[in-house]
Amino acid sequence: MAEVASKKPLLSKQDRKLVSDPLNDNNPITVQVLGVCSALAVTSNLANSIVMSVAVILVTAAANVTISSIRNLIPTRVRMIVQLVVIAALVIAVREALQAFAFPVYKELAVYVGLIITNCIVMGRLEAFAMANRPFPALLDGIGNGLGYGVILIAVGFFRELFGAGKLLGYKVIPNVIYDFGYTDNGIMILPIASIFLIGIFIWVQRSFYQDLIDIS
Amino acid sequence: MDLINIFIKAAFVENMVLIYFLGMCSFLAVSKTVKTALGLGAAVVFVLAITAPINWLIREYILVPNDLMFLDLIVYIAVIASMVQVVEMVVEKFSPSLYMALGIFLPLITVNCSILGGTLFMITKEYSLVESTVFGIGSGFGFFLAIIALAAIREKIKYSAVPPALRGLGMAFIITGLMGLAFMSLMGLKL
Repeated sequence: MAEVASKKPLLSKQDRKLVSDPLNDNNPITVQVLGVCSALAVTSNLANSIVMSVAVILVTAAANVTISSIRNLIPTRVRMIVQLVVIAALVIAVREALQAFAFPVYKELAVYVGLIITNCIVMGRLEAFAMANRPFPALLDGIGNGLGYGVILIAVGFFRELFGAGKLLGYKVIPNVIYDFGYTDNGIMILPIASIFLIGIFIWVQRSFYQDLIDIS
Repeated sequence: MDLINIFIKAAFVENMVLIYFLGMCSFLAVSKTVKTALGLGAAVVFVLAITAPINWLIREYILVPNDLMFLDLIVYIAVIASMVQVVEMVVEKFSPSLYMALGIFLPLITVNCSILGGTLFMITKEYSLVESTVFGIGSGFGFFLAIIALAAIREKIKYSAVPPALRGLGMAFIITGLMGLAFMSLMGLKL
């Protein structure tokens, strides 16, 4: 995030807020409840989480810019279909790129990359932000929300791979000595259910520090 | 008999929400009260039951013969979006109170992954037209049951001493996880 800010010193304070807000106060997963499905499914190891985050950042940013630049031409009655066609075209481009350059990852993620189309983050941000703002803020909003999603995804992937397989990015990190003392990998961490509990715990931790995010209902 | 098996399998053993974790967003967001959960559940059953056979026909008679398979996602999602638009108009016309209660989550059925997931699973499982329809209804019914169960639990848990920071969304996640664990015990069921 610091990288984005330093590359464009012209960013106003408001623009910076667009990128930094979704990282915590308005996080797509833990606060807006968008894009949960894919966060659960693809996080069994760290590498998949990283690929998925990058794909979502690209799609969200590109879709936001596209819709924002044609927002005055879209009739309200058919706007959902227009939005989805734009998203679907972008996702198909990402899918083809993955197939060409990262085939092993593609094989594992094929269904879920397709499901970026129905990742509520993308359409949610289009509805909530891109339809009412100019392309440049929309770009920042897309990047910010993609990053906020990525942070959670990578954290979940980190814990699941660490405790489920004792590895990180495929390398063994928990030394054999510990296994000799009777430590075993936690079987439940491999299942998608683990990520539900992990996100639940993240929400718990986040809201203990930021009390005003607690919803009473 | 086969059809009954497909239905039970889609609704329980391979429950869209609790086993595959698809359609999570609206599942967690709309489950605050049983009443809205009922409305959303019914709408999802309806959309799944209609889009599964329509997408099957389109795939079989338009996409495959004309070698247009690379367009599949766009076509499926367009069918789903138009179906949701129809549902939205019908609900607005015949039940304005439900329309008000569902609010933004009615159009968001379009991006409910369990709908597109239903179409994609139906294709990977190579079902026939009748089987896909039953599969669609079964998956929708599974979603319906799951969201009502979660909503009922959340209504009750309001009166329990949950740690303040875990109240609301955090607890919903953990309940869903526990329900998922319970449903995993059905996985061994051979049908």
